[in-house]
Amino acid sequence: MSGASISSLDHATDIGSSTMVTVIEPPSTWNAFDVKELYRYRDLFWLLLWRDISARFRQSVIGYGWAILRPALSAAIFTLVFSVFVRIETEVPYPIFAFAGLMPWLYFSTSLTGVTQSVVGGSALLTKVYFPRIVLPLAKIGVGLVEFALQFLMLIVMMAWYQYTPGLSVLAIPLFVGITVLTALGFGIWLTALNVKYRDVGMAVPFLIQIWMYLCPIVYPISVVPDAYRTIYGLNPMVGVIEGFRWSLFGTVSPDWGMIALSFCSTALVLISGLFYFRRVESTFADVI
Amino acid sequence: MTTSIRIDQLSKRYKLGLTHAGSIRELANAVLGRLFNNGTTSHRQHRSSERAGDQTADSGYFWALRQISFEVDQGDVVGIVGKNGAGKSTLLKLLSRITYPTSGRAELVGRVASLLEVGTGFHPELTGRENVFLNGTILGMTRHEIQRQLDDIVEFAGVAKFLDTPVKRYSSGMKVRLGFAVAAHLNPEILIVDEVLAVGDVEFQRRCLGKMQSVAESGKTVLFVSHNLASVRALTNRCVVLSHGQVAFDGDTDEAVNVYIQENLSGNSESSSVADLPRSFSGLCRQLEFVDLQLEQTDDIDGQPFRFTATIRANSQCRDFLLGITVFDANQNPVGSTFTETAEAPSSGNCREYHFDASFDLAPGQYHCAISIADAASQGKRIYDSVSEVMPFRIELPVTDLRGWHAGWGPVRLPQPQLLNCDPVTR
Repeated sequence: MSGASISSLDHATDIGSSTMVTVIEPPSTWNAFDVKELYRYRDLFWLLLWRDISARFRQSVIGYGWAILRPALSAAIFTLVFSVFVRIETEVPYPIFAFAGLMPWLYFSTSLTGVTQSVVGGSALLTKVYFPRIVLPLAKIGVGLVEFALQFLMLIVMMAWYQYTPGLSVLAIPLFVGITVLTALGFGIWLTALNVKYRDVGMAVPFLIQIWMYLCPIVYPISVVPDAYRTIYGLNPMVGVIEGFRWSLFGTVSPDWGMIALSFCSTALVLISGLFYFRRVESTFADVI
Repeated sequence: MTTSIRIDQLSKRYKLGLTHAGSIRELANAVLGRLFNNGTTSHRQHRSSERAGDQTADSGYFWALRQISFEVDQGDVVGIVGKNGAGKSTLLKLLSRITYPTSGRAELVGRVASLLEVGTGFHPELTGRENVFLNGTILGMTRHEIQRQLDDIVEFAGVAKFLDTPVKRYSSGMKVRLGFAVAAHLNPEILIVDEVLAVGDVEFQRRCLGKMQSVAESGKTVLFVSHNLASVRALTNRCVVLSHGQVAFDGDTDEAVNVYIQENLSGNSESSSVADLPRSFSGLCRQLEFVDLQLEQTDDIDGQPFRFTATIRANSQCRDFLLGITVFDANQNPVGSTFTETAEAPSSGNCREYHFDASFDLAPGQYHCAISIADAASQGKRIYDSVSEVMPFRIELPVTDLRGWHAGWGPVRLPQPQLLNCDPVTR
């Protein structure tokens, strides 16, 4: 044991932490995020991320198969309802239309739920150790990405089946995935901070997600939305993302870039204000939770 | 010697009652109030923080800590003792940066590890190995540090066979051992420990204590909170006694422990008067009745002499009486009983204090008594008065006693057999 402790002390001196001074003071109303500190806690971020990913489907027979099964079954039902019962005209075959729309949405809704519960769900950690609190919501947005990647493989298979070859626009996919991540994070940070104080938020989110889905062009193409409503419709950040995602896959009609820009602006607004709010209230989390 | 921890006027205030709006109406009131009287609210907050030193509870607030100040030099091992609610946990939470002070300041020089719980962040679905990494990272180790010490950790915990089994299948003892093993391999410059020794069996506690001792000897600064006075004595030579959120005493551990014990005993009799306590049986005649009961641990607490004082009032002319005392352990099981000599009752309408010396040679633990006044002539069958759950006391294992005490040895420490002589025999 003594050998281990000596070597570790050497290590501590190496990184110059022996002169590290921690100052504890009442929180000021406004602090910038300490990016350097956040970087020091990157191990924790990766570990929490990995913990959620690897514990997500433990003790389940199908395991990560669920990641594909859920959107596949949803897309099948939507196909039955909106392409057999009610006929909705789409440019691409309905199954891949619905699946491509469901993918970013499922990521968004799973992540939003996860991020919203992140701080309250992490209360066991929160009340026992110090770490930058923002790590909790950040670590939650990665979980859905694994599922997203698996679904993407499924989508490629489906596109091959329907003989669709994506054009160069496919290069824009990371951009739209990135915006989806930021959108989920932006709303999630607001909701998770509010959820600490008002648990009503946790109750409302599943309901919110249910409604929200119908306000996105997932089961129907955006062309069915009357022009008069388009601007308000575009304020929904997920509209731009889903439209952009479909466009980059199928390279059909160019999307309304103005609307995508609008969606992106609302995402940015929500994210930045969310970060401000989170930073303001995070010092009270341990007391209120 | 350099200062390792400097705490200056640290205060923490909590809101009493619900910390959030309990109803929509309250929420609406709060929001409207904030919109229209913004200036007034902040002014009020300012005023109440100014009065930090005055009283424990402002209306609606509670000062868990009030202007705590002390310093710890590098390499010192300092114990923090105090009753429940004295502010120990709040202080540790502040120093661990889990919560923030309302006012004041503290500085910690060097890498800090705080261990407020064993096995923080364990995920039941993950395996032992995975949880070692998880827990170690949460406590502030880097991946390389954990990787390097993984074998040591596993060996210390004694769970090598179950390393790839999900932690939810572990016994609670295994979980605690694994958690402590990780924590034991942290190598901070400042270690903050809370009541870790309170969990686990006696064997485990001794192991923890040994580990803590070696950490203390290696020149680390340690802040150690515990109710176990024996381990506080064993580990520390300086102690801070907290009482009602303030430093009641700061200095030599032996003195501090005495201050703490005295405070504990007087605190108990304050809470309610013996005369008003509910009686164990109904229909007691109470011609003789208890007015006050005090139990003191005199001398050194390692030896067991106790002195108790019963103040008894006679409501009518009574004959001689005796006192029967039954000692109960923390689980309310009777451990043993004893009866006093007969004593003369006070004359009618008067009170008298009766002092007794007693010794309770019991296993370490928390005890309390039930005590009755019985008529001496009726062989103790006629009871005047009887109260239970009084005179609490604690038995500490002498620090010098390295055997410890196993639960299987029973609750009573029988007197040590005396060696008379040893004669050589041929056989």
